[in-house]
Amino acid sequence: MENQMENQEFLADKIRTQEYQLNMGPQHPATHGVMRMILQLDGEEIKNVEPVLGYIHRSIEKMCEKSSYKQIIHLTDRLDYLSSHMNNEAVTLLVENALGIEVNDRIKIIRTIIAELTRMASHQLWWGVMGMDTGALTTFMYAFRDRELINEIMEETCGARLTMNYNIIGGLRYDIHDNFVKRVKEFIVHFKEKLPEYDNLLSNNVIFRKRTEGVGIMTKEQVIAYGMNGPTARASGFECDIRKKLPYSAYGMVDFEEVLRTEGDAFARYKVRIDEMWQSMNIIEQLIDKIPEDDFRMKTKPIIKLPKGDFLQRVETARGDFGVYAMSDGGKNPTRFKFRSPSFANLHGLNKMSENTKIGDLVVNFSTIDVVVPDIDR
Amino acid sequence: MILELLNQFMPAEVAFYVELVIIAVVYLGVFALLGLFLVWMERRVAGFFQLRLGPNRRGPSGLFQTVADALKLVSKELTATEGRDKFLHGIAPYFVIVAALMALSLIPFSAELQAFDINLGVFFVTAVTSIEVVGIFLAGWASNNKYSLIGGMRSGIQMISYELSIGMTIVTMTVLAGTIQLSEIVEMQRGGWFIWTGHIPAFIGFMVFMIAGTAESNRTPFDLVEAESELGAGFHSEYSGMGFAYFFLAEFVNMFIISAMAVTLFFGGWLLPFEIGADIPFVGAIIFVVKTLSVVFLMMWFRWTFPRLRIDQLLTLEWKYLIPISMVNIVVMAILVWLGLTF
Repeated sequence: MENQMENQEFLADKIRTQEYQLNMGPQHPATHGVMRMILQLDGEEIKNVEPVLGYIHRSIEKMCEKSSYKQIIHLTDRLDYLSSHMNNEAVTLLVENALGIEVNDRIKIIRTIIAELTRMASHQLWWGVMGMDTGALTTFMYAFRDRELINEIMEETCGARLTMNYNIIGGLRYDIHDNFVKRVKEFIVHFKEKLPEYDNLLSNNVIFRKRTEGVGIMTKEQVIAYGMNGPTARASGFECDIRKKLPYSAYGMVDFEEVLRTEGDAFARYKVRIDEMWQSMNIIEQLIDKIPEDDFRMKTKPIIKLPKGDFLQRVETARGDFGVYAMSDGGKNPTRFKFRSPSFANLHGLNKMSENTKIGDLVVNFSTIDVVVPDIDR
Repeated sequence: MILELLNQFMPAEVAFYVELVIIAVVYLGVFALLGLFLVWMERRVAGFFQLRLGPNRRGPSGLFQTVADALKLVSKELTATEGRDKFLHGIAPYFVIVAALMALSLIPFSAELQAFDINLGVFFVTAVTSIEVVGIFLAGWASNNKYSLIGGMRSGIQMISYELSIGMTIVTMTVLAGTIQLSEIVEMQRGGWFIWTGHIPAFIGFMVFMIAGTAESNRTPFDLVEAESELGAGFHSEYSGMGFAYFFLAEFVNMFIISAMAVTLFFGGWLLPFEIGADIPFVGAIIFVVKTLSVVFLMMWFRWTFPRLRIDQLLTLEWKYLIPISMVNIVVMAILVWLGLTF
């Protein structure tokens, strides 16, 4: 008996596996951009994930310090390009609140509708890529079919499809197009029909369920400890929707649900985003008939100077809590401008999520935290 | 047939070798054309599944697009990683392509059109197709790239495991057929296709065969060996030009071989029910190809619908479900044949 034990120990000593490093990225199909991860692997099992940042750093914060407040708005497009409207909105709201400009309801409502459309477009893209990451290539095309309609609405009203630059301080750049209301209503009808298709194709697929359920579980405490936010955190039951907590624009006027789940696994993160698309449609439906006739732009001073002090504005982008912090000395440029980007915060959880999982799980986890790399690096 | 024709011109021994050469050349041509056609079909099918058109510019319905791509691949530079094992890296694609070609020579297109009808048919096909894993494994090993290595390791795990259920399913069907010569298996189905005469175990066998066959040809949901989103391109990351093209072609021809085997074992090969069109020459080959392409379409349908499995799930599926099911299936089939409960 003892002999056997010794023998086994001897064998275990002889046959041992060696950990190795794998460099994932900066060019890799699963990293959604130029991000690099150094994986410590034991066979297929992940021991450690170390994201390496800085491949797409453009020092936007520094550029902001050299720019006037009107110019800063256009730089924020390039952070999280999929929630460009919400990023713009954060800066506009910051300046408006600092100067005490109260915009009218028309502006508020239009901003909110565009923001929700952007959120849906972002989630649609995410859904398509999520499918691709798990190996189902068809989802991408289905997502783009619906996203294209949103892009067309944007193109007509804002003049651009992705980085719209529709917000300016004290209002909107243009008035909405005559077709806007009609088109949005058509889209809602279309998408209500098509969103269940997403569930049929991916959410209810056995393989997809097996790949996501119980993978990368984060508890509520862990999520808070890692500073995660947005849909990623709400999947673990952390109520962190800025639209509910600190209502801005027209979110105070509408009745919507904050989508929460308690499982905290990859499937919960997936499902939260799908349900958020339903909520976005709900918000738009409540607002679309309520756009009052009014000016689309308030009168502002030609040169905008913020009073001396610190200012903070938070908005909920498609990825989570986006914070803009400005320190002003009373001049026309901020002395310090800082973004708190949701993707950067969410990325912290990746290592924890991927502990002792397989390479395939890492791809799923990375996909479900839905980072946009330019938002991480700024 | 060719032999008789040649015998008129030359002595019998020479004629035999000339025949072999002719058949080999014909099969090489069939192989290449089949590969190109299947790549085109995959793209078109994928296009229609994905709400887009697929290639439609070069030639009718974009049929020549793959020809253009093949020309491009031929003319491309062969790149190489530093520190690779030159010999193994170079030889790996040939393992794969030769295995596929040899298996193709056994496919009974019709009663007349079968290059190589040996009485060990089924056994030979399984033996030859299992050589393929050697090529893929070597490619992954010799590339000196960790992604390729992971791909190669996965291929070893995956293809060897799934070969077992394919083998067992084939055994199940040979129990019903009573022979392992491919042409005879088809002839046995003159009274009714095996999927009908073998009813429940044959149907279960078909399901297992399709799952294992998809895994064997490394296609989604079992494309872990390539796993684009995880490993870039897996085992063939470091191959360019024709090296890559060989793997690519072999993958598609393997899909055809798996489908052809499914048609031979379950759907009566070149036969139609009730002897329809049995007298017309060469109609058998057309029927066979149409049937096979339907099964190929099924496999493409899988690919463009399903996500990929994870490596541990892949093994769980094989060792905990498919193998026990196939084992029980053999016994059930044997009992049914013994009691004469087949149709």
